[in-house]
Amino acid sequence: MSEAREEKAASIRHLLETEGDAVAENTQGFNQGRYESVAELEEYEALKDEARAIKEDAIERLPELIDELTETVEANGGTVYLADDAADANRYVREVAAEKEADCLVKSKSMTSEELEVNEALEADGVEVIETDLGEWVLQVAEEAPSHLIAPAIHKSREEIARLFNAQFDPDEPLETAEELTTFAREWLGEHIRDADVGMTGANFITADSGTIVLVTSEGNARKTAVVPDTHVAVAGVEKIVPSVEDVAPFVELIGRSGTGQDITSYVSFLTPPVESPVVDFDEPDVPFDERDDDREFHLVLIDNGRLAMREDEHLRETLYCIRCSACANSCANFQSVGGHAFGGETYTGGIATGWEAGVYGYDSAAEFNDLCTGCSRCVNQCPVKIDIPWINTVVRDRLNREGDDGQFEFVYDELVPDEEPGGVDLQKRLFGNFETLAKLGSATAPLSNWLATLGPVRRGLERVVGVDAGRPLPSFERETLRDWFERRGGHAASRERAAEPRAGRGGHAASKERGDREVVLYPDVYTNYVDVARGKAAVRVLEALGVDVHVPAVPESGRAPLSQGMVATADERASGVYAALAEHLDAGRDVVVIEPSDLAMLHREYERFLPDASYERLRENSYEALEYVYGLLENGADPDALRTGDEEIAYHSHCQQRTLGLAPYTRSVLEHCGYDVVESDVECCGMAGSFGYKSEYYELSMDVGERLADQFTAPETKDRVVVATGTSCGDQLDDLLRRDSRHPLEVLDPATPAY
Amino acid sequence: MSVETGAIVERFETSLAELDVAVTRTRPTAFESTLEEVVREPAVGTPLPFESISLPAWVDVRPTPATLESAATGVTAASFGIADYGSVVLPSTPEGAEQVSLFSELHVPVLRERDLVADVPTAIDRLGPRLRDGESAIVATGPSATADMGALVRGAHGPEAVHVILLEDGEVSDGE
Repeated sequence: MSEAREEKAASIRHLLETEGDAVAENTQGFNQGRYESVAELEEYEALKDEARAIKEDAIERLPELIDELTETVEANGGTVYLADDAADANRYVREVAAEKEADCLVKSKSMTSEELEVNEALEADGVEVIETDLGEWVLQVAEEAPSHLIAPAIHKSREEIARLFNAQFDPDEPLETAEELTTFAREWLGEHIRDADVGMTGANFITADSGTIVLVTSEGNARKTAVVPDTHVAVAGVEKIVPSVEDVAPFVELIGRSGTGQDITSYVSFLTPPVESPVVDFDEPDVPFDERDDDREFHLVLIDNGRLAMREDEHLRETLYCIRCSACANSCANFQSVGGHAFGGETYTGGIATGWEAGVYGYDSAAEFNDLCTGCSRCVNQCPVKIDIPWINTVVRDRLNREGDDGQFEFVYDELVPDEEPGGVDLQKRLFGNFETLAKLGSATAPLSNWLATLGPVRRGLERVVGVDAGRPLPSFERETLRDWFERRGGHAASRERAAEPRAGRGGHAASKERGDREVVLYPDVYTNYVDVARGKAAVRVLEALGVDVHVPAVPESGRAPLSQGMVATADERASGVYAALAEHLDAGRDVVVIEPSDLAMLHREYERFLPDASYERLRENSYEALEYVYGLLENGADPDALRTGDEEIAYHSHCQQRTLGLAPYTRSVLEHCGYDVVESDVECCGMAGSFGYKSEYYELSMDVGERLADQFTAPETKDRVVVATGTSCGDQLDDLLRRDSRHPLEVLDPATPAY
Repeated sequence: MSVETGAIVERFETSLAELDVAVTRTRPTAFESTLEEVVREPAVGTPLPFESISLPAWVDVRPTPATLESAATGVTAASFGIADYGSVVLPSTPEGAEQVSLFSELHVPVLRERDLVADVPTAIDRLGPRLRDGESAIVATGPSATADMGALVRGAHGPEAVHVILLEDGEVSDGE
């Protein structure tokens, strides 16, 4: 393994060992809570659409909203400062503190203030800065960085916090329970809030029409921070502005559910500063509040720091819709294992962090962790403002590729990597991105290629030069491809005859006629065509058994492989090739059946960006996941007895992208319809995620993620079940994790398959 | 009480039960005796803007920083409640309602049944004009809480318990 890869692997290994357990427990708790909480929200999808529309509108009108907000706040008696960057913002905040002759400033939790590093700026001036959010305070005491957007100390266990506090504060009685730790923190922080000269908060939303700062919290520290001292400074990115108070409504219902899985947080503060609440001045402890005549100060520091440029960037712009709820982190299988100290940059963590870090700090910061997004798409449906987070990660990866060292591996390019990319793409990415070429070559030279791939020196070379982990069995190529096999048995003409054959249990010839001459194109994805040919054959037999005749034309790779390596131009070109190869079949009224969910997801999601609208819609409407198609045939009267039915017990793992598209239930339903007893996994991803698990720097992380799935399939109620998985890489991962082979659902249903 | 109001009250009480927050319904005439059962002394409060009731003398309605800190209970009025979530909407006032609802270990919001709304959009619609008028308010749902110390703990920087007093509408008109 190269030095850089070894270093990356070592840092991930260290985090898996030290922080992995606490991160896994907490993120999975939030994730489960979110599923349960949003399930109870009848209007969930409509609220997400509404929230999305509000953010799109607000960012579109941002310059005008900044002006309106400034006027409103000033009319209310506050001041607004629009800071170009962090240094500018910090300079302003330091001036406010200096004018107030502040000794102590208390803060409530704000990621934007972390972005500014305002604590360090104030401390340099001799101002004591105290974080009052309990999690932030733990990190301040421990001198560590947040590992999560909303639960910053998620990587620390109760025991670690107790050890930290006992060592740092030496309390009379050692602290142990969460209650004891909380009481201690409340009292310690309460003393400081009492004495503070300035209170600083962030803002979740700011309303331009009223100048209201909306704070979503549960502890109550933000409330105290804002109203106890006489001076309130709020720091917020410009993207937090929404036009009106009424626009906040959908977010009130979405933000808590999307984050920790709470229906609503304890407090949603709508503060219109300077507020009417009296100052709590402990220098005048006996003056009743109603006798006070306070002259409160309020400073709103709006931060640009790259945001207005992000607004002009057609791909990064969506990032500005982010409400920093952390749903993308909690639903991410890799994040659940390593947390934000690996899956994060200077400030931001989780899937959306790539957009924030690239926009705020630049591409170097995003490069540190961008690879950890595997594009599995599980975050897509969880984002309350419907940001296509995998796409942002892909675009940033593409831009990083283009920054690379041109010509580094020029000598291997031409034959092996016929892509559309510039010279700078890392060789590892290029290898995986051009898997189709590799597969063609591997198949043409099998079994020699497979034998070569098992040789120690070859594996060591692959690991050293391109970073393919030597611990991972490589795909074994079939000499006879699916298309070769299909042609050898007579092509479409033979398939037509087979489909028309009367069959026991299928209701005879008449029934098949009645269903009409249904013809489909079976998409020969690269894995099915060259590696896992068996599932392709099973697909052909299953479709024919249900009276459908099959075409298996030459169609290019979908573009998934290059896209996952950030090779957007190559993926775009593949999309055109796929459409060109299928257009005539679509014109002939043939449906397209796709076995591999990651390829179907290309057709249904990413092709929207690559093809003209009409072409995209046409292909999307007429393409189906294989088991979805079988389900439709059975619903329309096809006879399940034509398939291999049985009463075997199955442990089924659906594919991440299949689930994002909402297609997993069809497989379960078909299997149950055919008599099988099905138990389903509920992990977000198997951890293999296409090429990710092959990469030597991520192999251990991939296996750690996979362990969660392995645990579910080795439990007493599942350990003897037949393992079934839809995705190729899920199947490979399960084969590596378990001592029993996995099968595709089509192989279970294939009439030619013997009993297990 | 109309059928619709009845359904909203029931929904509000169910939501509070899910939050494990106590609620006592009372007629205006029985308000003081209800309060006596609910409150832990010493208690501070801010004046209630409801015509039919007022706080008894044993609730200090002119709190200072010192009495605020030593109080066991804070009693304040809620402008309205949100049935779907069991939330109370607490206005910020020059008398210190925000602080009184925040510093004590027990907060007792007093809410009129007629001020219950069904859902969040309705509540925010009501808040809009007030905020545009320069007012501030807190949508408070249950006690303050934290999970930052390794387990869920009620009572972080704010109250560890909330007990809602829900005033039945009765026959008394409050001239709204």
